[in-house]
Amino acid sequence: MDQKPILELRDLSKYFISNRGLFTRTEKKVRAIDHINLTIHHQEAIGIVGESGCGKTTLARVILKLTPSTSGQIIFEGEDIVLLSSRELHSRRRNMQIVFQNPYSSFDPRFSILRAISEPLIRNTTLRGKDLIQRAQELLDQVDMPGEILYRYPHEFSGGQLQRIAIARALAPTPKFIVLDEPTSALDVSIQAQILNLLKSLQNNLKLTYLFISHDLSVIQYICDRVAVMYLGKIVEYSTTETIFNGGALHPYTKALMFSIPIMDMKLRQKRIILTGNVPDPANPPSGCSFHPRCPFAKEICTHEGPELRVISGGHLVACHLVISPSW
Amino acid sequence: MEALLAVDNLHIHFNTYAGRVFAVNGMSFQLSHQEIFGLVGESGCGKSVTGLGILRMVPPPGEITSGRILFHNKDLLQSSEDEMQAIRGRRITMIFQDPSTTLNPLFTCGNQIIRLIRVHTSASAKEAYKRAIEMFESVALPQPQRIMKSYPHELSGGMQQRVMIAMAIAPGAELLIADEPSTALDVTIQSQILSLLSNLRSEKNISILLITHNLGVVAEICDRVAVAYAGRIVEMGATEEILFEMMHPYTQGLLAAIPTSAQRGKPLTSIQGSVPDGLEQLNGCPFYERCLHALLICQTEMPELTQIGNESHFVACHLYPPKRK
Repeated sequence: MDQKPILELRDLSKYFISNRGLFTRTEKKVRAIDHINLTIHHQEAIGIVGESGCGKTTLARVILKLTPSTSGQIIFEGEDIVLLSSRELHSRRRNMQIVFQNPYSSFDPRFSILRAISEPLIRNTTLRGKDLIQRAQELLDQVDMPGEILYRYPHEFSGGQLQRIAIARALAPTPKFIVLDEPTSALDVSIQAQILNLLKSLQNNLKLTYLFISHDLSVIQYICDRVAVMYLGKIVEYSTTETIFNGGALHPYTKALMFSIPIMDMKLRQKRIILTGNVPDPANPPSGCSFHPRCPFAKEICTHEGPELRVISGGHLVACHLVISPSW
Repeated sequence: MEALLAVDNLHIHFNTYAGRVFAVNGMSFQLSHQEIFGLVGESGCGKSVTGLGILRMVPPPGEITSGRILFHNKDLLQSSEDEMQAIRGRRITMIFQDPSTTLNPLFTCGNQIIRLIRVHTSASAKEAYKRAIEMFESVALPQPQRIMKSYPHELSGGMQQRVMIAMAIAPGAELLIADEPSTALDVTIQSQILSLLSNLRSEKNISILLITHNLGVVAEICDRVAVAYAGRIVEMGATEEILFEMMHPYTQGLLAAIPTSAQRGKPLTSIQGSVPDGLEQLNGCPFYERCLHALLICQTEMPELTQIGNESHFVACHLYPPKRK
C-alpha cells in the first residue's frame, strides 16, 4: 500500500443536463457518476460491477477524458489530467488505452488491420516503413494472431479474433493502464475463456494495470483483485475480490447481485434474495439511499438520509446504514 | 408419457452465395407436457433456427429440407398454411431475446395484446380487455391498467419482456419457445424473469423450450437439457446429468470455460479453435478438430446419439461405445 497509485479519482462527478421542452426552464440533472473516490495501484486489476444505467461505462469514458467530467480530480501518475489542454493530454494518452465491448463497431470497416494498428503507432512513435510493419506483427504475435492477417479487413474475422486485434491495437502505444469495457460480453463462453487467459498473461508479462468493467460477476471474480460495486452512479461497496465473493459482502445490493447470478450449485440457491423492481431513473433518483425502494431490509432512516461510503475494516468500504463499522 | 412435441431428424439449410450452409443437421428431441427443456449451445450451433423451424418461420434463403416436427402427434411440416396459422402464435408461441425490437413502438401495449387476443379467440373487445389485464397480472406487471395505455418505450427492458410473455401466453399457449429470453437483461431482472417462467409452467400448464447459451440459466429452471454443436445434439439428459456428469468433450469444455473462484490465478480451460462454419457437410464428428480426445474413427464416422448410463442420458461420441445388450 505504500506504493504510489497509478490512478486516483477524487470526488469525481459527471452530470448530464437534460432540459425538458423548449419553454420550460427546469433543468434536470442526471447524476451518471456521483462523487466517486477510487485509488488504483500499479499492476492491479480493479473490477467495476453494476447493472445497466449505473454509470460504469460513463466512469470509464470520464477517466480517459473521452467525456468531460463535471467536477473532481483524475490524478494519473501524480498529475491531475482534468486541467490539461488537449495537446498536453495527447502525450499522456499513450499510457492509457481502452478496449470496447463490441469489436465490430470499434474498427473502421474500410481500414485494413495494418492501418488500424499502425494508427496509434504513427501517432505515438517514430516507427515508419518496415519497422512499423514489424512492430505491428509483434503486437499481433502478443495476442496470438498470425502476422499475415495485417492486410485483411475487420469483417473477415470472428468476434473473438477481432477482440484480440482490438487488444493488440490498445497495446500499440505501450500503455501502463487499460480500461476494459465489457471486453467479453459479446463473446461465447469458450472464446471468453481464451480472451480472459490472454488478458491475464498480458497483465503479467507487460505489467499492466486494468480497470475491468463488467456486469458478469464470474468474469470479475476470475480476473480482478478488487471490486467496486456501483449503483446509480455511486460506489456502494468496495473490497477485495476474496471478501466480496467469499461471503464477505455486506451491502444488501451486492448480496442480491451475487445471488442473482444463475448458479450451478443447487444447494446455494435457497438463500437467495430476488430483488423486485427496476433500477430507478437516474434523472429522478429516490430520496435518501438510492437503493431503499428495492432493499428488503430498508429502515426509516434509509428513506431520507443517503449513507456515506465508510471504512468497515482495512480496505473494505460500504455505503449502508445497516452496516455499522466495528470501530464506530 | 406421450410427448407434446417431438422433433425428429430435422435438417435446415441455407442456400447462400458462399454455398449451402448446413445450419441444422439432424436435430432430434422430445418435449413432454409441463416440461422445461433447455437447448444450449454457442452462437451458430443452430439453436435459434431450430426454434424458428418448429413454427415454420425459418427466413429465406433458409429451408427445412427434411425431418418431422410432431406436435400432438401431428406433423407440422405436412400441415397446410391455414392449419399452421391456427397453431402459430396461439398453441405454440415464441418470445425473443430483445423485447424492444419485437414490440411495435407505434401502438400501446394494450392495443397490441388486445388485437392478438381477438385474432386468436372469439372474444369481444371488452372480454379481450379483461383477459389482457388478467394476463398482465399473471406475469406480475404492476398497475396493469397503466401498462395497457403505455407505449413500449415507456417500459424498462424487464417490463417489456413481461409484456411479451403475457402476449405469448394470452391465447392459451401449450408450448412456449423462449429464445434467449433473459440475455438482454440485467442479472437481477434475469432472475425475476426466470422465476416467472418457472411459475407459469406450473400455473398455466405450459411447456417451455428454452433456447440459451448460458448454462447458469439452464441450471436454474430446466428439467432436461440438450447441448447442440454445429447443428446436432451432442449430449442430452436431465439437468443434473449434464451439469455434473457430463460426458461429451464439448460439454466438458463448455463447463470448464466458465470462470469460477476456484480457478483464480490459474489459466482457464478454453476450447481451442472455433465453431465450423457449416459450409461443408462433415463425414466425421463436427467437434473432431477441437477435441482433445479425438480418435481416428472420429474423423471419418459420425457418432450417433446413444443412450449411456442412465435412462435419460444420451451422448453422441465415439469415446463412449454403446452398451451391449
